[in-house]
Amino acid sequence: MDPLINSLTIFALAIFVGFEVISKVPPVLHTPLMSGTNAIHGIVLLGGMLVLASAEDLPAIVLGFVAVVFGAINVVGGFAVTDRMLRMFRRKR
Amino acid sequence: MNMHFLSDLSYLIAAILFIFGMKRLSSPAGARSGNLLAMFGMFMAFAATLWLLHGHILNVGLMVTGIIIGSAIGAIGAWTVAMTAIPQMVALFNGVGGGAAALVATVEFLQHGSIGLPMLFATLIGSVSFTGSLVAFGKLQGVVTERPVTYPFQSVVNLILLSAIVLMGVYLSITATPLPFILLFGGSLILGVLMVLPIGGADMPVVISFLNAFTGLAVAADGFVISNDAMIIGGTLVGSSGTLLTLLMCRAMNRSLANVFFSSVGAAVTEGPSADSIYAGKVKSATADEIAMLLSNARRVVIVPGYGMAVSQAQHAVDDLMNLLEERGVEVEFAIHPVAGRMPGHMNVLLAEADIPYDKLKEMDEINPTFEQTDVAVVIGANDVVNPVARTDPKSPIAGMPILDVDKAKTVVVIKRSLSPGFAGIPNPLFAADNTLMFFHDGKKAILDLIGALKSL
Repeated sequence: MDPLINSLTIFALAIFVGFEVISKVPPVLHTPLMSGTNAIHGIVLLGGMLVLASAEDLPAIVLGFVAVVFGAINVVGGFAVTDRMLRMFRRKR
Repeated sequence: MNMHFLSDLSYLIAAILFIFGMKRLSSPAGARSGNLLAMFGMFMAFAATLWLLHGHILNVGLMVTGIIIGSAIGAIGAWTVAMTAIPQMVALFNGVGGGAAALVATVEFLQHGSIGLPMLFATLIGSVSFTGSLVAFGKLQGVVTERPVTYPFQSVVNLILLSAIVLMGVYLSITATPLPFILLFGGSLILGVLMVLPIGGADMPVVISFLNAFTGLAVAADGFVISNDAMIIGGTLVGSSGTLLTLLMCRAMNRSLANVFFSSVGAAVTEGPSADSIYAGKVKSATADEIAMLLSNARRVVIVPGYGMAVSQAQHAVDDLMNLLEERGVEVEFAIHPVAGRMPGHMNVLLAEADIPYDKLKEMDEINPTFEQTDVAVVIGANDVVNPVARTDPKSPIAGMPILDVDKAKTVVVIKRSLSPGFAGIPNPLFAADNTLMFFHDGKKAILDLIGALKSL
C-alpha cells in the first residue's frame, strides 16, 4: 500500500476510535480526561527528538531543542498532573 | 528482522495502550490505572524511537539535556501547583505541546526547504494552540483580565487574519522561502491571542479542551510530515476525543460552541435590572449562631460548593462540618454543578481530597428534584450556577444554562464575601430572596465559625 494511503487509513480509523472510546464519560471526569489526553499528545516529544536528531544547521538545532524541551514539559507534566488529580478520586470509608 | 519492524511493533503496542488508557480514563473506577497505562504506552514509544535512532543521531547531548530540562519543569509544575490552579497548569502543558508541534514542522521546513499541507497545518494550528493556551492560562491566573476583551468588528478582524494566513500558506507552498513562513508563523501566533481574548474566564475550560484537540491535530499533522504512525495515532485520538469532550462540556452548560467563542459572556452587561434595584433593602444577613441553629434543627442539608470554596481551601473544614452534622442525625449531601469551579469535575477533586465519600457527591440532575425536601441549602462561594435568572429571564447571558435549584429549599444560606457578581457579571436575585440568608465571610472562616457555633450549642 502507498505509505500516504497507509497513514491516511490510520488517521481515519483513529478519528472514530477517539470519538467512541470516550463517548460515555461522566462530567466528573471531564477534567482528568482532558488532562490525560493532553499528556497523550505529548508524543510530540518524539517528533522533536526525531527532527533534532537530524538537524544540521544552527537555527534548526535551536528550534529542535526548544521543541524537545516543550514536548518533554507536555508529556511529563501532563501525566503527572493527571495522576495527581486522579489520586484524589480513590473511594474511601 | 529490521529495526523498523521492532519500532513499528512498539508503536502499535503504544497505540493500543493509549486507547485502553483513554477508555479507562472515562470511568471513575479505572481512571487512575488508565492514565498509568497511557504513560506506559508513551514510554514504549520513546524507547522504540531511541532504538530507531541508535547509531545515526546528531545532537545527542543536546537532546538529553532538553528532555531533562523539560521533564524537570513539567514534573515540578505538576507536583507543586495548588489544586485550585490545576486548570491553568493543564492549559500551560497543552500550550507548550502546541508550540512543540509548530516547531517540529518548522525544523522540517528548515531542513528540507519543501512544504506541504500537513506542514502548514501543524504550524498554523500548533501556533494558535500555543498562544491561545497562554492567554487562557493568563486569564485563569489573573494575569490577563478574566472579562472578555471586545472591540468592534472583532470576528471580521480574525477572519481577515485567518484568510491572510491561508493566502500566505498558498504562496508559501509555491515559493517555499523563509519570509512567508515567518509571516505565517507570526500571524498564527497573533490569531491564537485574538481568538481567546474575547472569551470570558468562566468559559476557559471549554477553550482549553478545544485547544487540546487542536494540539492533538497539529501533532497528527506532524506525524504525516515526518512519517511517524505513533504521532498520527496519538495526535488523532486526542484531536477527535478532544472535539467530542469540548461538545460534551458545552452541552453541560446548554450552550453551543459558537456561543462560547463569539458571544463574549461575562462582558459588562448593560441590559437587565441593576444590582442596586435587586439587592436594595432585601438582602438579609445572618450570624454564625443563627445559621448553626438552623442547621442543627434541619433533617436534610445540601451543600453547594463553588469556586469560592476552592479559593479559600475550605474543603477540609467542609468535611468537618459534614461529620458534625451527621453525628447529630442530619442528612448531608453535596450538589455538584457540572461547571462549578474552574473546570468540570473541579469540585469533585477538591472534595475527594478532603476524604468526602464519592457517593455523597450528587450530580445536578439527581439532586435538583430533592431541593424541595431540603431544609437548608448551604451555598459556599458559588454564584452563577445557582442564579435563578437562568430559568426566568430569556435575555440574560446565562439564559437556559441548567442551574441548581437551591431556591426551592426551605432556607438558603449563601456564604460569600460580598455581593459581587460571578463570571457572568450579572446580579443574582437569589441573594435577595425571602428564604435566603447571606453570611458575608471568607468560605473557610465561615465554615470554621459555623463549626464553632454548632459545638457550643
